[in-house]
Amino acid sequence: MNTPMNTSSNVMPESSVASQVIAHVPATRRMYWSIRRELWEYRAIYVAPLAAAAIFLFGFLIALPHHMHGVKTLDQAHEALDTPYELAAGLIMGTAFIVGIFYSLDALYGERRDRSILFWKSLPVSDLTTVLSKLTIPLIILPLLSFAIAVATQFVMLLLSSVALLGSGQNIGALWARMSFFHMSLMLLYHIATVHGLWYAPLYGWLLLVSAWAPRAPFIWAFLPPFVIWGLEKIVFQTSHFLAMLQYRLTGPEPSSAAAPHGTVMEIISALTLAQFLTTPGLWIGLIIAAAFLFAAVRLRRYRGPI
Amino acid sequence: MTVIEARGLRKAFGTTIALDGIDLRVEEGRILGVIGPNGAGKTTALNAIVGLTPYHGELRVLGRDPWTERDQLMRDVCFITDVAVLPRWIRVSQALDYVAGVHPRFDRAKAEGFLAKTNIRSTIKVRELSKGMVAQLHLAVVMAIDAKLLVLDEPTLGLDILYRKRFYDSLLNDYFDGKRTIVVTTHQVEEMQNVLTDVMFIDRGRIVLNCSMEEFESRFLEVTAHPEQVAAARALKPIHERQVFGRSILLFDRVDRNQLTEFGDVRTPTIADLFVAVMDNQSIPSQASAQGTYQGAAR
Repeated sequence: MNTPMNTSSNVMPESSVASQVIAHVPATRRMYWSIRRELWEYRAIYVAPLAAAAIFLFGFLIALPHHMHGVKTLDQAHEALDTPYELAAGLIMGTAFIVGIFYSLDALYGERRDRSILFWKSLPVSDLTTVLSKLTIPLIILPLLSFAIAVATQFVMLLLSSVALLGSGQNIGALWARMSFFHMSLMLLYHIATVHGLWYAPLYGWLLLVSAWAPRAPFIWAFLPPFVIWGLEKIVFQTSHFLAMLQYRLTGPEPSSAAAPHGTVMEIISALTLAQFLTTPGLWIGLIIAAAFLFAAVRLRRYRGPI
Repeated sequence: MTVIEARGLRKAFGTTIALDGIDLRVEEGRILGVIGPNGAGKTTALNAIVGLTPYHGELRVLGRDPWTERDQLMRDVCFITDVAVLPRWIRVSQALDYVAGVHPRFDRAKAEGFLAKTNIRSTIKVRELSKGMVAQLHLAVVMAIDAKLLVLDEPTLGLDILYRKRFYDSLLNDYFDGKRTIVVTTHQVEEMQNVLTDVMFIDRGRIVLNCSMEEFESRFLEVTAHPEQVAAARALKPIHERQVFGRSILLFDRVDRNQLTEFGDVRTPTIADLFVAVMDNQSIPSQASAQGTYQGAAR
């Protein structure tokens, strides 16, 4: 990109020659730099899940001797360790989810508030590229990042408990076999891709739309309308379909009751096969709604200037 | 080559008419100063040109419709609207990285060369820079972009005179090469006078004067009249008259210089003087436009 000629900072009638050989910037490159820009601005995207992991590991380390105390059999060890693993994943992904919500609300609002939209719009990056780059953060970057951090955290936990078990003279080989670390990670990735990547898409679409539109206080504009709709429906029709719909969106598609196992969260999620998930109408309706929200956000950004 | 071509450009915000049918043609290599009172429609016109605002009427910038093709247009057009719009969280090096990443015509080495002449270090964040330094940084980025058209809307507002002077000096010395086109609005008209090749006055969404600086200099003359000659000078229908230290200064449009020298000292007015004259005397533009002298057709 940078023409090697003309490195001198002075007058450059010859630069018009250089301009003719300058190549075109491919769309993927613009997208790449737009996403990097988001990571520069919102460092919480990676700092928050990392901090959650660090805090959890610290707590785990303190509680470890207590957990291991009195553990005589492998079954007991398994039970003592199983819950913390899920808790770790849950905490990190929960943190990432919250970061995603606040990020999405600020993504298209912040640039208007600090007037920097006037700078971004002076560059050859379309509104579509900008909005899509901002969507990839909660939809792709945050889930993948929290997955990587969760797996790393769980691995550290496994090492720590192995050391603790070794100290108490247990056979750690059996622990590792029992934990089936790989399987667990795979289930987590599946959960992240389906729930966070696809099922929550309309949620992030809505937040980005509000972020692009709100004249001020995007947080209120994002959460007040659903509340008002719920209240109106309750008063006028005495029903709560809207609330049920929101709950359905937040909790995700449930496996059929017959197949529903009683167990940990991970087991419930894993009970929902990919085929079941992909044939849930709610998934496709959600994706269509998400696309509509995003289209509106792209159009809105064109009209929007600094506030 | 025509860089900007507008025909019947209109824009209204509710009942307020910001642009009331503007016809404009800016050729390659010109430096056009757009001058007008607050709320005259300058910013709206410039925003329409760079694709920040929708409009009615016809507008082509480098052959494109700025509203629907802003991102493609920005490969060849650059703009600075208002001072200090760079995001406060960005590092200087990140700003250069990003622009280098998305802009096909950005020469990073050139931008670094401009910055080397300032006190701006590449590791520093924009929020740590003074307002003047942010303007310097923005100008360094913009000047390193090989654009055909540069649009500047009050790029030096709120900066002290040193920064303003440096800003326009580097723009002229390091950037302008006779092929690029610059459109600029400013309230500091005096500082721009010797930079411009063309000047345009806008008032209430209409163009009230549009001429090249050569034409400006040959058309407008200002006479500090001897007291006994004032009456005779007035007979030549000055477009404006003002009093300074008890002496009458009369401003003439298209009156022979030799005719005027007998009334007193003759000089070319500043753009600011003419601007005040035109704005002071609202009957002048319409009267003059009836003669076809003040309208855009003059060029």
